Amino acid sequence: MTVRPAQEPRRGLRRFEFVIEWGLFLCALLSIGTTIGIIVVLTVETVAFLREVPIVEFLTGTEWTPLFAMPRFGVLPLVVGTTLVSLIAMLVALPMGLFSAIYLSEYASVGLRRVVKPVLEILAGVPTVVYGYFALLFVTPLLQRFIPSLSGFNALGPGIVMGIMILPLVSSLAEDAMRGVPRGLREGSYALGATKMQTSLRVVVPAAFSGITAAFILAVSRAIGETMIVAIAAGQQPRLTWNPTVPVETMTAYIVQISLGDTPQGTLEYRTIFAVGMLLFIGTFGLNLVSAWLRERFREEYA
Amino acid sequence: MSQSAPVTLGADPADRMIAWRRFADVAFQVLALIVLVVALACLGALIWDIINDGAGRLSWDFITSFSSRRASQAGIWHALTGSVFVILVTALIAVPIGVSAAIYLEEYGGRSLAARLIELNITNLAAVPSIIYGLLGLGLFVRMMGMGRSVLAGASTLALLVLPVVILSTREALRAVPGSLREGSYALGATKWQTIWHQVLPVAAPGILTGLILALSRAIGETAPLITIGAVTFATFAPDSIWSPFTVLPIQIFNWVSRPQADFHANAAAGILVLVMLLLSMNAAAIWLRDRYQKKGTA
Repeated sequence: MTVRPAQEPRRGLRRFEFVIEWGLFLCALLSIGTTIGIIVVLTVETVAFLREVPIVEFLTGTEWTPLFAMPRFGVLPLVVGTTLVSLIAMLVALPMGLFSAIYLSEYASVGLRRVVKPVLEILAGVPTVVYGYFALLFVTPLLQRFIPSLSGFNALGPGIVMGIMILPLVSSLAEDAMRGVPRGLREGSYALGATKMQTSLRVVVPAAFSGITAAFILAVSRAIGETMIVAIAAGQQPRLTWNPTVPVETMTAYIVQISLGDTPQGTLEYRTIFAVGMLLFIGTFGLNLVSAWLRERFREEYA
Repeated sequence: MSQSAPVTLGADPADRMIAWRRFADVAFQVLALIVLVVALACLGALIWDIINDGAGRLSWDFITSFSSRRASQAGIWHALTGSVFVILVTALIAVPIGVSAAIYLEEYGGRSLAARLIELNITNLAAVPSIIYGLLGLGLFVRMMGMGRSVLAGASTLALLVLPVVILSTREALRAVPGSLREGSYALGATKWQTIWHQVLPVAAPGILTGLILALSRAIGETAPLITIGAVTFATFAPDSIWSPFTVLPIQIFNWVSRPQADFHANAAAGILVLVMLLLSMNAAAIWLRDRYQKKGTA
């Protein structure tokens, strides 16, 4: 009798704790739900799309004209457009990102880091639509002074700007990887008479290799999925070309182009954006997994 | 004095090698520094270009006017209110769910298989292109759930997009809370949830808030997913309920950039200035919170 009142709230409390834990767990589970949702939505529409367009034609066709009276559904021009712009972006972002990471990790004073890091963070935080504006109305006209044949819409300008956009990501992830290399390795290298540059390039960078590669792969994935810069500045003409001076269309820009129009649900055009999205998702998801695996391996090496 | 032959630097191959290495070391450092300066110069050029193009167009009228087919009369009121409205609803959805998920993973999950799976999944989701979230929103919220192209559908999409960021930053803030605080609370007989609610969350609050603001400032600049779910690109109205169609500032900017006339480009630049000011003030708030928190931590 005397114990009961004390026990009652205790039992209620335990039930309350139980409910809370499950509620929190469900919230965490929502992230799995998001992934499943993405896969289900993309799969349903892609399957419906592939019922009308053979998968071989979709993946190997060289013409992409889904809005024409005689539509062709060969996705290669979009894939090549995406690859071309991403390639240019990587040519800018990888060397510059690696150099700035080496500098920030091995050379820079604390004071300089305190100035540079926030600036890089600002670069990373600029909305992509702003970079699109910059690519179309600043970088492309600037490039046209040197390359007169450069079209107003092209792969080069947005590629370069995308590289600048991705640079902070490469730089900060690669720097993290290099800072994770134990001091002892550097000191050993100095003790053998190596200069700072030799130590950086021949000891630190190789030691951080899997971490740096993970950063690079994540950057490629980001470039492939980047949308607004190319939608604004690369043009919307799907063509199978490796020429960076003419208008091209990427997978992401195509999705934007169709979304801007009023395409009714259930039509083949409507389904194309999901089919293209599926391809985009598979590509980026694969790259992300490889990147995560490499980072995990790097962490184990120096744990 | 010495009897040996006079040593001149560079005569001995070893000396020459050392000189060369020193030179290479300095050259490398200069090269790396140039790369950094170029990166910073790009930011400078970007800011200069946009201020140059847009500052003349920026005025109170520009902010309070609706969209128009004439560049000189067009404003951003509908887009600005749309952005603020969408972000508020996004926060209402993403914050409770994201913080709860982070609490589970940090305080309850431990190293269980489910927790590790969810963690891996969140890392992956954080790197999924935003336009894919747009397709998810289009298929799930707009079509299946029948929300239409409404504020609610847009905010739900953005909420899913920022959830990974919210969860990751909240976990970081929770991890910074010392374990002794939890142990002290348990020792006094508090339950797990009482400990989290009364001890851990108040201490972690500024850190959590900082992360939330940064996550939402990412959402406010997003364009692609909202275009994909079908936000309108030419609006002459401000949204008045979560069911109304809407546009946001980045979409309005995109719309203006896409037009051939230079007058509209000036509008776009002015719109960018407003967007960037909005972002900067959010970031400033986050930094202020972080500093205040750090000072308290050391005192």
